[in-house]
Amino acid sequence: MEVKDQITTKSMPYEAFKDNEYIEKLVQELRDSGTNVLVGSLDKLINWGRSNSIWPLTFATSCCGIEFVSLGAARFDMARFGWEVARASPRQADFIMVAGTIVNRMAPVLRRLYDQLAEPKYVIACGSCAISGGPFRKSYHVARGIEDIIPVDVFVPGCPPRPEAMIYGIMQLSRKMKVEKFFGGVNRQESQKEFLRQHPIDKE
Amino acid sequence: MANIKDIVAERFSQASVEEGEIMMFDIPSEKVHEFAQFLRDEKELAFDYLVTIVGMDWGERLGCIYYLTSTEHKTHVAFKTSVEGREHPAIPSISDLWAIAGIFEREVYDFFGIIFLNNPDMRRLFLSVDWVGYPLRKDYDMNDKANEVSIENERQTDDTYEYTMKDGKIVKTEHAVFKPEDFVVNIGPQHPATHGVLRFRTAVDGETIKKIDVYMGYIHRGVEKLCETLAYPQTLHFMDRLDYFSAHNYHHGLCLCIEKAANIEVPLRAQYIRVIMDELSRIASHCLFIGTFCMDLGATTMLFYTLRVREQILDIMEKTCGARMTFNYDCIGGVMADLDPDFVKDVKDLLATLPANIKEYNKLFTGNVITKNRMIGVGHLSRKDAISWSVTGPSGRASGWACDVRKTDPYSIYPELDFEQVVMTEGDSYARFKCRVAEIEQSAHIIEQIIDKIPEGDYCAKVPKVLKLPEGRWFQLVEGCRGVFGIYIESDGSTKPYRLKIAPPCLPLAAVVDHITEGQKIADLITIGGSLDYIVPDIDR
Repeated sequence: MEVKDQITTKSMPYEAFKDNEYIEKLVQELRDSGTNVLVGSLDKLINWGRSNSIWPLTFATSCCGIEFVSLGAARFDMARFGWEVARASPRQADFIMVAGTIVNRMAPVLRRLYDQLAEPKYVIACGSCAISGGPFRKSYHVARGIEDIIPVDVFVPGCPPRPEAMIYGIMQLSRKMKVEKFFGGVNRQESQKEFLRQHPIDKE
Repeated sequence: MANIKDIVAERFSQASVEEGEIMMFDIPSEKVHEFAQFLRDEKELAFDYLVTIVGMDWGERLGCIYYLTSTEHKTHVAFKTSVEGREHPAIPSISDLWAIAGIFEREVYDFFGIIFLNNPDMRRLFLSVDWVGYPLRKDYDMNDKANEVSIENERQTDDTYEYTMKDGKIVKTEHAVFKPEDFVVNIGPQHPATHGVLRFRTAVDGETIKKIDVYMGYIHRGVEKLCETLAYPQTLHFMDRLDYFSAHNYHHGLCLCIEKAANIEVPLRAQYIRVIMDELSRIASHCLFIGTFCMDLGATTMLFYTLRVREQILDIMEKTCGARMTFNYDCIGGVMADLDPDFVKDVKDLLATLPANIKEYNKLFTGNVITKNRMIGVGHLSRKDAISWSVTGPSGRASGWACDVRKTDPYSIYPELDFEQVVMTEGDSYARFKCRVAEIEQSAHIIEQIIDKIPEGDYCAKVPKVLKLPEGRWFQLVEGCRGVFGIYIESDGSTKPYRLKIAPPCLPLAAVVDHITEGQKIADLITIGGSLDYIVPDIDR
């Protein structure tokens, strides 16, 4: 697949994104492996479509969920990016925005929701609780980061993250979608898990 | 107060009294039921409102402290009881006297393993059936491997237990939560209408609800235990994350309680700032309530109208506190930082636009025929039941119970302010909705009175860097956006609380769903749940 040097999304200039070695690495990999022109072009078309209408699952456990509501309302208006169709059923959603703390009792539920999402599926860990347990890390009934439960694509730090930060996070997801191989890649069952196993995110 | 002492001493000579801000009786465990019934039914006492039950681990003895309030006489009383032995501690239940006591007792059982005799539903409340140990006991092992996070589904059971005393022995009997012929529909935990991660197991007969088993704990984060490991100023930030709409109010509550214990005088400027922030958060919270409630009923557009005001308030707060939601603004002795120079101007701008906004809400939604049909007469809660279920806040006031702490036990500068307590008598969803809209107006009225009168001076008192509270116990009530928020602190003289109990308003609000929805249609469950406006992290803590 022919890959342009700069992966951008939503008419954001490339410079507006902070360095993202992870995506640069994916670009390099695509370039190195090379793809059939026809499949590559189809990939590009499909990815363009996919990355511009990512539908979230309405999933919120605590404070971050309220910022997600603000994100959907008129001021921050995620509708202008094509993300506004928050679905109540995981079967119809593209990604879970894990907004809030995940505790022991919720962990199996989150896992099941993730399993119910249709491929290709993505996860954004939103807020410090979802990333590491946050202020509740030392508690007896809190999962110390959702990475132990489901694979994560994007981490959005903050307690809670501002709606702008969430926009940035979903844009990074959108960029990632643009550099994925669709045919023979993410359209396959279980490929997402395999993909993340091969490309672990370096959290520092 | 002496009066209560005399009346009690006449009947219960064995009750020893501990004088304090709230009089506390010490009752032998076997007398608990009799004593509670006496406090409730004796005409001159009439303690009809159970504020909270605080479970305690005093080392050798486990026990409970019951806080009661008389809605008629506006008096408070507390009594404690304790039992020896950590294997099978048992205290008689008072769940037949107060409807809410059943849930409170389940919470104590969950955290401390104290069995309540004759409580018909003695299950764990927040933790799973297979949880090992009782987390709030002092000897609990936090790193027990048995309790690790698992992605295996939790074992579900339909059984509940009742413990009774027979010939000096505790007998355990098993009941089923639902009857075999019940058709049970599961709603939640991931359901857009449950306002978070609450789960209802709903037994239905056709479309009519027979019984709801409220299943909590999907966001139980163990705040009370965490607080025991932190110094007093460090415990404050958890208050932001319980009911995140009442962040300022809850902070205010905990600060008041610590200040009361440490004898710290708060500068007048800080008190004014706190009250203004409390009322601003009340407006923001009720605005979001209107938005999400209307969204639940199918009127999505309302959310955009109400969030407009909320965003304006969040901007004001952001300028002063530096955050949009978790402010961490109130601190012990005052507030963290002085007001932003634009604060007064911004608030006045907000107040100027507010009446037009409320008018618009009423025009768009309140008077709507569909709205009225869906809300009037739906989910009726009587005053008596509201008190028995400890349903406070706007939901309680919509049932005709004047339970506003700002009026009944005024704190800070509230006694000097002129505002009305909104009380309605209908007790249905429509009243709960209207009550909140009217409260926005009252809050605006409070801010109007004091916004020009914020006195100059310090915004924070001088507080020692290492704060130690003397030995003792303190209880403080404040009015959150959703009801009465109580904080109980017991100190052993060190820098950390020995026990910090949070009595949230939303736990009774969720518990009462079963009672209100009985006999209603399942579609009305959404209306009723929405109009009660519980916040799930506040239920679970």
